[in-house]
Amino acid sequence: MILGVSIYEILSLTTILFFIGIYGFVTRKNLISVLMSIELILNATVINFVVINKYMFPDKLEGAVFGIFIIAVAAAETALAIAIIINLYRQITSVEVEDTTTLKY
Amino acid sequence: MNFSYTILIPLIPFVVFLLLGLNHRRIKPAVSGYIGVLGLLASALLSYFTAYKYFFTVPKLEGVYQQITHKTVWMNFTDTLQIDMGVLIDPISVMMLVVVSTISLVVHIYSRGYMKGDPGYTKFFAFLALFTFSMLGLVLATNLFQIYIFWELVGVSSFLLIGYYYTKPAAIIAAKKAFIVTRFADLFFLIGIITIGFYTGTFDFETLNNPAGEVITNWASTSFMGLSVLTWALILIFIGGAGKSAMFPLHIWLPDAMEGPTPVSALIHAATMVVAGVYLVARLFPMYYFIEDGFALNIVAYVGGFSSLFAAIIAITQHDIKRVLAFSTMSQIGYMMMALGVSGYDGHEGVGYMASMFHLFTHAMFKALLFLGAGSVIHAVHSNMMGDMGNLKKYMPITNITFLIAAFAIAGVPPFAGFWSKDEILVAAFEHSKVLYGVGLFVAGLTAFYMFRLYFSIFHGKKTNYEHTPHESPASMTFPLLFLAVMSIVAGFIPFSEYVTANKVPFEAHLNYPLAAIAVITGLIGIILAYVFYKNPTEYPAKCRKAFGSFYKWAYAKFYWDEIYFFITRKIIFNCISQPIAWFDKNVVDAFMEGIGSGTIQVSEKTKKIQSGRFQDYAMAFVGGAVVIAIVLIYIFKN
Amino acid sequence: MDILSLFVVVPVITILALFFSKGLKQSRMIAMIGSLVQLAMAINLVFAYVKERAVNDAIMVFTRDLVWFKEFNIHYAIGVDGISVALLTLTAIVVLAGVFISWMMDDLPKEFFVSLIVLATGVYGFFISIDLFTMFVFYEIAVIPMYLLIGIWGTGPKEHSAMKLTLMLMGASAVLLVGILGIYFNSNADGGALTFNILEIAKVNIPFEAQKLFFPLTFIGFAVLGALFPFHTWSPDGHASAPTAVSMLHAGVLMKLGGYGVFRVAMFLLPEGAMDWSWFFIILSATGVIYGALGAVRQNDLKYINAYSSVSHLGMVLFALLMLNKTAWNGAILQSLSHGFMTALFFALIGMIYGRTHTRDVHKLGGLLKVIPFISVVYVIAGMASLGLPGFSGFVAEMNIFVGAFQHTDMFHRVATIVSISAIVVTAVYILRVVGLMLMGPVKNEEFKNLPTVRWYEVTGILLLLIPITALGVAPLWISDMIMESIQPFIQGVIQ
Repeated sequence: MILGVSIYEILSLTTILFFIGIYGFVTRKNLISVLMSIELILNATVINFVVINKYMFPDKLEGAVFGIFIIAVAAAETALAIAIIINLYRQITSVEVEDTTTLKY
Repeated sequence: MNFSYTILIPLIPFVVFLLLGLNHRRIKPAVSGYIGVLGLLASALLSYFTAYKYFFTVPKLEGVYQQITHKTVWMNFTDTLQIDMGVLIDPISVMMLVVVSTISLVVHIYSRGYMKGDPGYTKFFAFLALFTFSMLGLVLATNLFQIYIFWELVGVSSFLLIGYYYTKPAAIIAAKKAFIVTRFADLFFLIGIITIGFYTGTFDFETLNNPAGEVITNWASTSFMGLSVLTWALILIFIGGAGKSAMFPLHIWLPDAMEGPTPVSALIHAATMVVAGVYLVARLFPMYYFIEDGFALNIVAYVGGFSSLFAAIIAITQHDIKRVLAFSTMSQIGYMMMALGVSGYDGHEGVGYMASMFHLFTHAMFKALLFLGAGSVIHAVHSNMMGDMGNLKKYMPITNITFLIAAFAIAGVPPFAGFWSKDEILVAAFEHSKVLYGVGLFVAGLTAFYMFRLYFSIFHGKKTNYEHTPHESPASMTFPLLFLAVMSIVAGFIPFSEYVTANKVPFEAHLNYPLAAIAVITGLIGIILAYVFYKNPTEYPAKCRKAFGSFYKWAYAKFYWDEIYFFITRKIIFNCISQPIAWFDKNVVDAFMEGIGSGTIQVSEKTKKIQSGRFQDYAMAFVGGAVVIAIVLIYIFKN
Repeated sequence: MDILSLFVVVPVITILALFFSKGLKQSRMIAMIGSLVQLAMAINLVFAYVKERAVNDAIMVFTRDLVWFKEFNIHYAIGVDGISVALLTLTAIVVLAGVFISWMMDDLPKEFFVSLIVLATGVYGFFISIDLFTMFVFYEIAVIPMYLLIGIWGTGPKEHSAMKLTLMLMGASAVLLVGILGIYFNSNADGGALTFNILEIAKVNIPFEAQKLFFPLTFIGFAVLGALFPFHTWSPDGHASAPTAVSMLHAGVLMKLGGYGVFRVAMFLLPEGAMDWSWFFIILSATGVIYGALGAVRQNDLKYINAYSSVSHLGMVLFALLMLNKTAWNGAILQSLSHGFMTALFFALIGMIYGRTHTRDVHKLGGLLKVIPFISVVYVIAGMASLGLPGFSGFVAEMNIFVGAFQHTDMFHRVATIVSISAIVVTAVYILRVVGLMLMGPVKNEEFKNLPTVRWYEVTGILLLLIPITALGVAPLWISDMIMESIQPFIQGVIQ
């Protein structure tokens, strides 16, 4: 519990971070940038978990523990995504989203 | 009293048709000619035997000639309505058997000479046999549908024979025209038959024609627009008959039918097929007479009278021999129809009926003679036009004499055959309607005039500058001419009223001397006028032409009826109805279906953009969908 | 193996045998033998049927019933009556004639004959089925090979025509499926189980509202195949692009499935719906009769003329069925038979002419009577049969239709009848136009002076079709009585 800071302020921070991440996911042209946006989303959710745990259920620990889970999963997923991007780069020598649309109509 | 052997009379020509038709490459022409003639001879002999047997050995029942039928079911429409096939032996059918088989036999013999050397010789005899089969079947029909069936077969035979010179465009057009005009008439005929079938429950002639039977006594039971449905049916049937008999206004095919070989014109378009309409009305005469007090019969009389006059006027102006004869035929058939139309039923009142049949008989003889004679002339001169002929009595004496005899016969000069029959017609007309009598008398005069115009122009005059000197025809062609000439003289002496009458009871016909005298004088006036105008080339014809001016022009153009029909069929039906329908089908109906197809493709073009290939769009769609479903579920579960 | 299932099994065996064949000679020989066996079976069936009919007067004879999908009560149920027997014989004759006409099909012959026989299987199965679902399955089996047959072996804009034909017929079968399911879900109206069997459903009184809804769907579903105006436009393009044997089979046999389906399913199972809707479809079919005939007058392509002629003649079949009485229905079946033979004959002749002159334009052809006399004479005969000349089957059929139609005394029916009857004049016009332009007259094109004469397989095909036309026309009594007798149970529903 942080003195003087209510839960709403922190939650609004995470919401903003979440939607910045979504925005970045949808509009970025570079695959790596899309990855970074995904990280943003995940980090926003981590903060959410921890904050709600601290402010609303102070005597429990599950939230913070889950936060560590998410960080681990995010790391794994990022590694996987980077592997895919590298393989894709080998085929099309580009990390632009536009060049990955061959499965279109 | 077993007449079932008469089925052979049409069957023998049918067998000849199959034999010649299927083997026409293998049989030598001379052989096929003999086969045709022999087959027809057999049919003719059987017909004469039948006539003898029927008129002289079969006893009459209370003075009435018996109607004898042999028939079998051909097809069932319902449990009660059916089509039978069989033979009907009564005075007019026996008479027609004799006429048809005789003329056909004569034409067969003539054709052996006329068609000699023609590449399709065997085919010609096959078609002649087919026609004879159809006509004999028509004559022997026991019910309306059977007569319709053979009616159509006669039409097809006519088509094949008119179109015999099938590489000639004019012949093709003429054949098509004949078939389609008669088919158009047959449409009405068919509707009439089906109407009778529905409202009376039968097609059978015996049942329909019984004056004391249910059909005739209950004629008023159903009516439509003021007239009994049976009257309508009879009018429709008459339209069918009018088509086949070239009555106005369905006459346009007959002059063009002259494109066929001349023996065909003699057989079909003079003596047999064109009288089928007359035969039809005669066959149904009790119905025509008794139903609605002879309303339909009146129409028959006036159509016949008008056609007679119409054709005679046109015949005066024509220059092609065969066209003159064609219009002459139309005119004489008009006489026959008129005679039927003015006829009564019992005893002496039925003189019109008797006269009509009598005229049919005699007309067959002398008209066939005229056509065959014309064929002889055309064969010799290689042209149909009167202008190319003249003074042929010097070169073709037999043809000259026989043609003259026929001309006298048709002009109604005693003692030749035409006088007797025509006189009876005029007597019948006189007793019924003075107007029709007047028309008939006037036409008699015109007939004499145009016939002798034809005779004098061809056989008299002083022409000698022929390219190929005309010579008399071979025996195969002159023998028929002589035979028919004899018939044209003696046929008139047959006491027809002893044999053929409306109510099948014989009566004694007497010569009405005053009327006969008037008729003969009218005929002689016509002959004398023709003699003056045409025996030697004179100015009179030209002066008359000028005097009549535009009326002459109209008459020469056959009163523009061909042009009217051409306009209706070509311009209106083809171009204004058929072409737009074809266009409509391709560009509206089909376009609608194609439009569905192309519309689907366009919709698909627009909606396929969803599949953009960008995974971000897919992810957003996924999320959006999940959100929507969540909202919906929450909403549902809240309630 | 019962006598009827053989009709489906023998074609399947033929197809399997065809898979092992190599080249044109083997394929056509196998196809011919298979079709000959079928024809023998059909003729045998006719005699067996007549014999059976003398002792058994159930609606359908030679029945067999095998459960297929128990949950939905779908059975493989088969049976025949006089009408099915007649149409089966028609199919057998036309298929055999088609095989003879395709004697020289040397482009992928194996696949061609396989598709042809698959089509035949579908048709045979359709005629023997008395279970709605099985009927529908066979219907699809009959329609689908058309796509391949036209698209691969056709001429002209073949892919487009194949696509149009298949899509329109598929659309119709979609509508038909809705109709069939509608009937199915109402088949328990009297308290029984849901069933697809026609004879069972006929005993049930399907509620009038349901009948009013599903009759037009079922009718249109079948009638599109029977060239109902205005859904007939697949026919001209389809036939024009199809190879000869396919046109023969399609116009000669397949299009009869439409009329037969209307008769067996739509009118038998939904009689009140039929009576209620008949006025609407009478207008459409009578229009089709005269419209098809008038449309044919101005066409220049032989196959288009024949296609529009089929629209006209088949319109008469539907018109007759809508008259809802025994005589007219007799005429409808006779017209189906007659037209089947006639149009197959026409397409065969057109194929022969096209094969020799490589044009179907009537204005370019001329004087063929002198050059190919046998084909030309048969064409004239076929033309005469088409315009209803007595002595041929067309007359017998049309007279039944007209007499039957005339039994309605109200103005509407009378006017529609007269409109249909007047088509006989227009038919004469377009037939004679073609005969005059194409066969008579001087030879137009110098190259046509020396065309090859008829070959034995063409003569066989022609005679196979010409003989039934003449036989039916000259002696119609026994077959018309056989059909009339079989119509009796079906007409009960509509005669109230």
